[in-house]
Amino acid sequence: MSETTTRTEWPLWEVFVRSKAGLDHKHCGSLHATDAQMAIQLARDVYTRRQEGTSVWVVRSDQIIASDPGDKDMYFDPMEDKVYRHPTFYALPREVDHM
Amino acid sequence: MYTQAMDTLGKEGGDAAPRPVRSAAEAALQQRFDARIDDGGFIEAKDWMPDNYRKTLVRQISQHAHSEIVGMLPEGNWITRAPTLKRKAILLAKVQDEGGHGLYLYAAAETLGTSRDEMIDALHSGKAKYSSIFNYPTLTWADVGTIGWLVDGAAIMNQVPLCRCSYAPYARAMIRICREESFHQRQGFDALLVMMRDGSDAQRAMVQDAVNRWWWPSLMMFGPPDAESTHSTQSMRWGIKRISNDDLRQKFVDAAAEQAKVLGVTLPDPELKWNEARGHHDFGAIDWAEFWNVVDGNGPCNRERLADRVKAWDDGAWVREAALAHADKQRQPMKEAA
Repeated sequence: MSETTTRTEWPLWEVFVRSKAGLDHKHCGSLHATDAQMAIQLARDVYTRRQEGTSVWVVRSDQIIASDPGDKDMYFDPMEDKVYRHPTFYALPREVDHM
Repeated sequence: MYTQAMDTLGKEGGDAAPRPVRSAAEAALQQRFDARIDDGGFIEAKDWMPDNYRKTLVRQISQHAHSEIVGMLPEGNWITRAPTLKRKAILLAKVQDEGGHGLYLYAAAETLGTSRDEMIDALHSGKAKYSSIFNYPTLTWADVGTIGWLVDGAAIMNQVPLCRCSYAPYARAMIRICREESFHQRQGFDALLVMMRDGSDAQRAMVQDAVNRWWWPSLMMFGPPDAESTHSTQSMRWGIKRISNDDLRQKFVDAAAEQAKVLGVTLPDPELKWNEARGHHDFGAIDWAEFWNVVDGNGPCNRERLADRVKAWDDGAWVREAALAHADKQRQPMKEAA
């Protein structure tokens, strides 16, 4: 959405929450806010009312570049036949199989 | 509310009849979509979906969101009058949750291409509906507990199957909501239990009176009987709805009948009794004329609720404008300096 179309509606932000130290930030939803500071504040109020997080990221939704779901097959299927990328592809003698 | 939205479409609906397919390319997309639904798979926001699937979801999710937001009003009335500081803190947290649930749901609906402003406009102009249960008044403190026990109890029963809804952003929102909602029902039952066990006769009578008034409207929350629920079949086919209105209602009656015994209240239905053969409780006929009357805008509080909602929105306009102006101003000096 461009700057001009959001004149009355506050811009949309995506919210990512790290539930505890050591884990990844995970997408948990979105919200409207006028600026980054407000987005962080609202993210805390809306998405961590029960201590669900120790850290929050917000990013403007229009800043996220996503792969096209229409290209899903073309993008991801080439990896389907590359079974040799998995450790289980290699059957080793029992004596060394813990490697 | 929740499945009610599918039966009380409001005026924004359009027809839900499937449109004839236009091209071979679209037929292929439709086929893939149907296969994914049949496999129990999920549809994500950017995936292809039939227009009517999108429209039905926008309607259902936005009306669900409106219900959460309007649902803050009847209980909000009691925040300043809660009997103890503990009950006040609990009620504040609950009403704040309802606001949060409304926001999760508006965000889920927005992934389908509608805007927050459009949805709010539809609510305020009366085009969109919200759950008719919130058009009943909260006359006493016992109403707050009864809403938790019966209204939130019915809502949870309706909402749990929505966690498996085929539209993934809605399903994810529902998982969060259900996780938070069970406290709502428990706190209500707890508040009633305290009055029934440790209260005065007057307080016990107050609880019974609240239960008498909320019982039938709670049963109506599941929507019209299956035989008259015109849109249910399509929604079941699409995996939006998983369990029928009547099945959910029966499940609720069975659970509530047992809970009422623990509480020591009588449910206001002389025909309510255990049916050994069916393995369920039988219950009396629901007054659907009342239901449709409230849906059509003639319930005890329809006008008051909508007026309160519109007033809150209008009174907050200057805050929304000021916040935008502030954000603009923060950006401005950098441009001028450059």
